[in-house]
Amino acid sequence: MSEEKSEVKAIVTPTKLVYQFSAIGSHAEFLKAISEGKLVGERCPSCKKVYCPPRGICPRCGVETPEKVDIDDKGTVTTYCIVRVPSENIDLKLPYCAANILLDRSDMPIMALIQECPAEDVRIGMRVEAIWAPEEDWGPTMENIRYFRPIDEPDVPTEEMGDWY
Amino acid sequence: MRDVAILSFAQTPYKRRESERTEVQMVLSVVTDAVEKSGLPKSDIGFTCSGSSDYLAGQSFAFVGAIDGLGAWPPIAESHVEMDGAWALYEAWIKIQTGMCNTALAFSFGRASMGSLPETLNMQLDPYTLGPLGIDSISMAALQARAWLDQGNHTERQMAEVAVRSRKNALNNPDAQLKGDFEVEKLLSEPYLIEPLHKHDCPPITDGANAVVIAAADAVPSGANPVWIRGIDHRIEPHQPGFRDLTQSPSTKLAGEKAGATRLDIAELHAPFTHQELILRDALGLDDDVRINPSGGALAANPMMVAGLTRMGEACREIWAGRAKRALAHATSGHCLQQNLVCVLEGD
Repeated sequence: MSEEKSEVKAIVTPTKLVYQFSAIGSHAEFLKAISEGKLVGERCPSCKKVYCPPRGICPRCGVETPEKVDIDDKGTVTTYCIVRVPSENIDLKLPYCAANILLDRSDMPIMALIQECPAEDVRIGMRVEAIWAPEEDWGPTMENIRYFRPIDEPDVPTEEMGDWY
Repeated sequence: MRDVAILSFAQTPYKRRESERTEVQMVLSVVTDAVEKSGLPKSDIGFTCSGSSDYLAGQSFAFVGAIDGLGAWPPIAESHVEMDGAWALYEAWIKIQTGMCNTALAFSFGRASMGSLPETLNMQLDPYTLGPLGIDSISMAALQARAWLDQGNHTERQMAEVAVRSRKNALNNPDAQLKGDFEVEKLLSEPYLIEPLHKHDCPPITDGANAVVIAAADAVPSGANPVWIRGIDHRIEPHQPGFRDLTQSPSTKLAGEKAGATRLDIAELHAPFTHQELILRDALGLDDDVRINPSGGALAANPMMVAGLTRMGEACREIWAGRAKRALAHATSGHCLQQNLVCVLEGD
């Protein structure tokens, strides 16, 4: 086919925007703590819920949350899914388990991987602990926690997990 | 039509870079302040609408994250416009007209300091044939200014006079960002930024947030000082700048006619560039006795997605202070005054 007769079916118009995120207040304190291997949350003065990562406010009550709370790196699985399809951005052996984990002393589950056990063994109520990256690799990022793994503690019954949502 | 009034207005101080508070904390402060001043209990607010753009700070779903600043529990009726907060107020006004609610909160926020605003605003353009040319928002405004100046009726001096007056007026506005006494001659002797625009013809980059509470007449609490929305209308022109006569603003003219923009004491015009204020004044047929932008306008503080709603709030502040009885507030969106909203406000 001659060039002038070839159809244009798609074009690529690359876009690049550069942003400088200003870590402020709660964001900055959380990122500083995690770069030192610690987790910090904030307690709502009104409903007493503890949020980790904190945002400086309670989304339920609409008030500021100045009180800091140290958060453990152990927790309980509140729900999970087993991934059996590959993803371009995730270099993990299939199948793997992604779970919501309610950290001890916190009232808001975070999302993380569960490893060091068959994905099929993960269950709601299972106790897990964080496995951190080597200290020399720590930075201001959630990636410092590589994954969670099961610990030898009795499962927590659903009704004892607390009023998280 | 139901009579609807603005009950309260709150805004953050406008700054080049907000370094103390996150967006959510900014939203929390203005929403709490506006609701308190309204005299309505928070639980009585029937509808909430926000205006913002996730492109500004580069955070996807930042507009949903901002709801955390509302204390939206039990779950609330809420909506969002990827527009200036003035259009959020318009949607809230419509909701009251439909009878769906009697009171509403509109708020907006913008934290442009995290990105490169002139380049970010390129994202408003057609992404296939115009956007990839890389034109930024200041160059777009410069194309408009050149066409307008070359008609022969206007001068760069008039533009500088707009900048001087705006920043002088802003001296009386504690929330304004860029204020002071400047001299026209000195400004004109500065080099061009993007010819024919000097730096003084352009708005500052601003972080900030604001909020208003509105209510139908039968829901205005006793003791309130309502400012009535006598007319409100918005009109849009084609997206491609080449389709438009950039030297005029027919959408503003029509919106002004529909909103009943006559017998005005003041006009708060959302003109980010000096020549745009003069185009808007022509379109609205504003006499010389109408005071323009007593707050300093967008040349004194231009928080993206916020500055239009701020015009309504600043017009209210003039009315509440007894310095005006009837005011026009204008908001714009898009490049080169593409879309325009006109609101006529009147004291009780």
